[in-house]
Parts: sequence; C-alpha cells; structure tokens
Amino acid sequence: MSVTTPRQTTKRGTAAATDTHGPSIKRTERREALVGVLMVSPSVILLIVFFFIPVALAFLLAFTNARLISPSISFAGLDNFTRLFQDELFWKSLRNTLLFAVVVVPLQSAFALLLAIVVNERIRGTNFFRTLYFVPVVTSIVVVSILWKFMYQPDGLVNHMLQSLSFNVIQGTDWLGNPGAALPAIIFMSIWQAVGFHMVIWLSGLQTISPDLYEAADIDGASKWEKFRYVTWPGLRNTRTFILVTITIAALSLFAQINIMTQGGPLDATTTVVYQAVRVGYQQQQTAYASSISLVFFILVLTVSLVQRYLTREKG
Amino acid sequence: MPAHAAGEKPSNAAGLIWKYVVRILLALFFAFPLVFMFVSSLKPDTQIFADLSSFKAFLPVGNISLDNYTGVFQTAPAARFLINSVLITAATVLLGLLVNSMAAFALSRMHWRGKTVVLGAVIATLVVPFETFALPMVWWVNKLPWIVVQNFVPLYSIGWLDTYRVQIIPFIANAFSIFLYYSYFQSIPKDLDEAARVDGAGWFRIYRSVIMPLAGPATATVAILTFLPAWNSYLWPLMVVQTESLRPVMVGISYFQQLNVLWGQIMAYSTLITIPVLAFFLAFQRTFVSSIASAGVKG
Repeated sequence: MSVTTPRQTTKRGTAAATDTHGPSIKRTERREALVGVLMVSPSVILLIVFFFIPVALAFLLAFTNARLISPSISFAGLDNFTRLFQDELFWKSLRNTLLFAVVVVPLQSAFALLLAIVVNERIRGTNFFRTLYFVPVVTSIVVVSILWKFMYQPDGLVNHMLQSLSFNVIQGTDWLGNPGAALPAIIFMSIWQAVGFHMVIWLSGLQTISPDLYEAADIDGASKWEKFRYVTWPGLRNTRTFILVTITIAALSLFAQINIMTQGGPLDATTTVVYQAVRVGYQQQQTAYASSISLVFFILVLTVSLVQRYLTREKG
Repeated sequence: MPAHAAGEKPSNAAGLIWKYVVRILLALFFAFPLVFMFVSSLKPDTQIFADLSSFKAFLPVGNISLDNYTGVFQTAPAARFLINSVLITAATVLLGLLVNSMAAFALSRMHWRGKTVVLGAVIATLVVPFETFALPMVWWVNKLPWIVVQNFVPLYSIGWLDTYRVQIIPFIANAFSIFLYYSYFQSIPKDLDEAARVDGAGWFRIYRSVIMPLAGPATATVAILTFLPAWNSYLWPLMVVQTESLRPVMVGISYFQQLNVLWGQIMAYSTLITIPVLAFFLAFQRTFVSSIASAGVKG
C-alpha cells in the first residue's frame, strides 16, 4: 500500500519552505509525516484486516469451494453461481428481501417525516413525546423481535387488542404462522422499531430550514400544503438522500427479526438473503456458497445506493 | 373571536386538544409493547396469559413479584452474559475512541503522503453494510494468528473463533467514527496547533492536550454511536462464539426460547438487558438525539 510510505511531498515542501523559518524544516516535516502515519496506522491496519480483506474475500471465496473448517480449498469457477441461480430458496429469499424493502422504504420514511413534523412543532411536552417515540430505537432488535413474537401469537396481545378495539369484528390470525401474514407482521414491527431513528434525522433536516422562508410564504398567503411542497420538501433534499439510502440498506440487511421470529418460515415466506447466507455459511459451514450469496447481496446494496444517489442528486 | 396577532397561527382550544390527542395516541403506539414487557416481567406466566384479554395486561396488578428476575439467573448464566457484554462494549468503545480520534487527527491536521487516499478509502467503507462480508469474515478470523506471552514464552495460535478479542478487535476501527471526528476537528482553528507548536509541543501532545479536550461533543457522539451496536450485537457473536461463558447478552436470549418457553423470564431478561441502554439514553437524551441527527446531516 502506498498509504504508509512516509515520504515528503514536493508540493507541501515548497509551500512550507516559503513561509517557515530555520534550516530544520525538512526534518520537522519528515517527523510530522512519520507521526501522522503512526497515528493513522492502527485504524488503517484494522480497517484493512477487518474490512478490506473480508470484502475482497467475499469476491474471491465465491469462486472456490471453501468450507469453514476444512483446510483444503480449490478454485471452483462459477459453480457456486450456477447452483445459486438454480436454488429456489435463494430466489424466494431475494423476492422476500426486495418485497420487504419496497414496502418498508416508502412507508417508514413517510411515517418518519410525519412524526418529525409533529415533534417539530413547539408546544408543551414536545420533548417528552420526541423522547418517547425514540425509545423503540434504543431497544435492541433482538428484544423487540422476541417481544413481538409473543404478542403476535394466535392468542396473543395483538389479537386481543384488535378484538377489543374493533368490538370483536376483527378476529386476527396466527400472524407468524400464516404464510400470507408473516412478512407483513414483520414489516409492521420493523417500522415500529426503527421509525424514530429516521424521525430524528428528518427533524434535524427540518431545523436547518430557515424560518424566514416560512414567514415569506405566510406573507404570500401560502396554504399548509403549499408551504410543505415549496419550502419544506426542497429544503430536505440532502436529508432525503441520506434517509432513503440508510433505510434501504437496513431493509435489505433484514436478519435478526427473521432468525428470532420465524426462522424463514412458514413455507419460506419470510426467508431473506442475509438469513440464507447465514444459514448456508454458518449452520451448514459452506463458506464459499455463502460468499456467493453475500456477493449478490453486495452488488444489490451497491446498485441501490448508487441509483438512489443518482436519482436524488440535483433538483428538488 | 378576536383575530390573532399577524404571523401567528390561529391555535384555538379545539386545535390544541386535537394536537395532544394525536401525540398521545402516537405515544401509546410506541410505548405499549415496552410497558407490556416490563409489566409482564413481574407476573407469573399463568397471570400473563390471563391478563392478555383485558387492560390488566398493561398494569402491574395481581400476583406481582421479582420471581422471574431471580429465575433468569437460574435458567441461564445471565450474570455472565451481562459481564461479558459490559466488558466487550467498554473495550470496543474506549479503544474505538482512542484509535479513531488519532486517525482523524492525523487526517485533519497533519501533512503526510497518501492522506487523501486514506481519507477516500475510509469514506468508501461507509456504504458497505457489515452483513455483506460477515460470512467471509467468519472464515477469515478463523485463520488469523494470535500470540500470547506466557511465562516469557510466546505462544502462537491460529483462529480467533470463541474468544473475547473476536468480539472486540474487528469493531474498534470505525469509518463513521473517524469521519465524525474528522469533521469536528476541521472546525477547530488551526492557529491553536500552530501556537502549541511554537511553544514546542509535539504532535501527540497537541492531540492529547489541545485538540481532544476541545472535542467533547464529538467524543460523546462517537461513544454513543459505538455503544449501541456493541451492546446490541447479535449476528456476529451468534456465529463466532460457541462457548457459553463468552457469550454476550443478545445471544443469551436463546436460552429462554427452548422447548418450554418461559415467557415471564423472557420478559424479565429482556427488561434487564434493555435497562442499561434505556438508562444511558434517558441520562444523555439530548446528546443522544443530537448525535444521531448530526450523523444524518453529515452523512
């Protein structure tokens, strides 16, 4: 890596030579470069070992037959990918993951924006409500999953509440045991847990919009909707990109909820790409095959975030 | 009704009541599962189920006791899990603060060759979620060497599976932490270091005694943003730790999900492992929320 060579750059050298004094400039600069590299190297080394190499390995191992424990490893060409593309379970998991993302991304970002607008209005107790809406975010997804698993039981809290709130019209279902209801149930819970996080991010975006703009809009006699459409929405451009990218990546990475609540069932209705990768790579110890799943996932995530960045780049 | 002052919204009593109704309904929506969790942790299983059909599900009434909490420590080595998580979280956060702030310092305030390459590489890592390379990483850490010096004799071993270090070291360096520190350091005037250098301070001294004392908000943000995932980590320890005595709290939850599910104890254990984060959150609520907000604005 060219990163760690502490050699002096000419550009900096000449620039410094003109405005600094004394003959030992070269030495102090060399020392500065040395100390700089020394201070950055723990992070750089750790990132190389625990980020760049594993990412590179995801690419390399996908073309081998590596297994977790076995020491032998050989080149396998595209075998993993031919197997992958014929694997019905993989296609199912890909479909579920995309379905989850397609539903969660717009719903969660819209709900979060509504909440942000609600808690942005300064009335008594605003801070209290803001804190409360945020509490699920600091609760671990593991705890949340197990809690909702209990509440989603056929005779559980959710069904009892539905019954009493609807005066016995709605009977509910075995939420996690019904192939049609399991993924929607997990979607609902996931939004409940994470929406506060994006509320706070929207909120910080809202607070960067100058109040003068709203006053000007008031003077022009703008309606509530017009103010939102022409002041708020354009003002949130950067926030929007960030929110879309983070929600999408989080949605595509769906794992803990599945592992705790449904194990991919019923009838593989909730299996996801990351869940498949873990099942294959960890439980069945097929590292190479899991790497090929990871690679597909990696490309998916990268494509989505690049496309989103491109689409939301300029313009309002 | 008299007209309101110019520029102010007409906020009559009905409007205000409506606003509070909306806010309270939302509050109930976000709070009810957690209230249910806490309340149920105080009840025996039979009563949890009996109370489901009425409002009592959210009230600590009836046969209330701490039995589930004592039960938790009998069903599983819960104390051990808690200690492990505290150790792992503390080590990750503290080492992360040190390593990432040093890197950001060198990137922000010092001149050396390759700086832009490193900064670019750090930022590039931000778009790749951990899940994409978690599986190859399991294979990789199983091949990593380690040295322990025992009685002045170095002992080599291969494989990091089933250790504390595999739960700590991979998560110390964090691109996002470096980035947050970096942007904060950029806002501190460079004259300060110049002045310190004229006084003969070395670079490390400037880092420690000039810049870091000024970087309190950044440190708080980074501490919070590394604390949460470290305490909540689940996928990684699930794969790399088999030994019971090394497991963190989130993985420990599976002990209560055996054939005979003990719901009261699950609720008690869930409450126990949520309380540290919740307490931390409520204590540093403002910093907490603003740090996440700053993460959004800067990202």
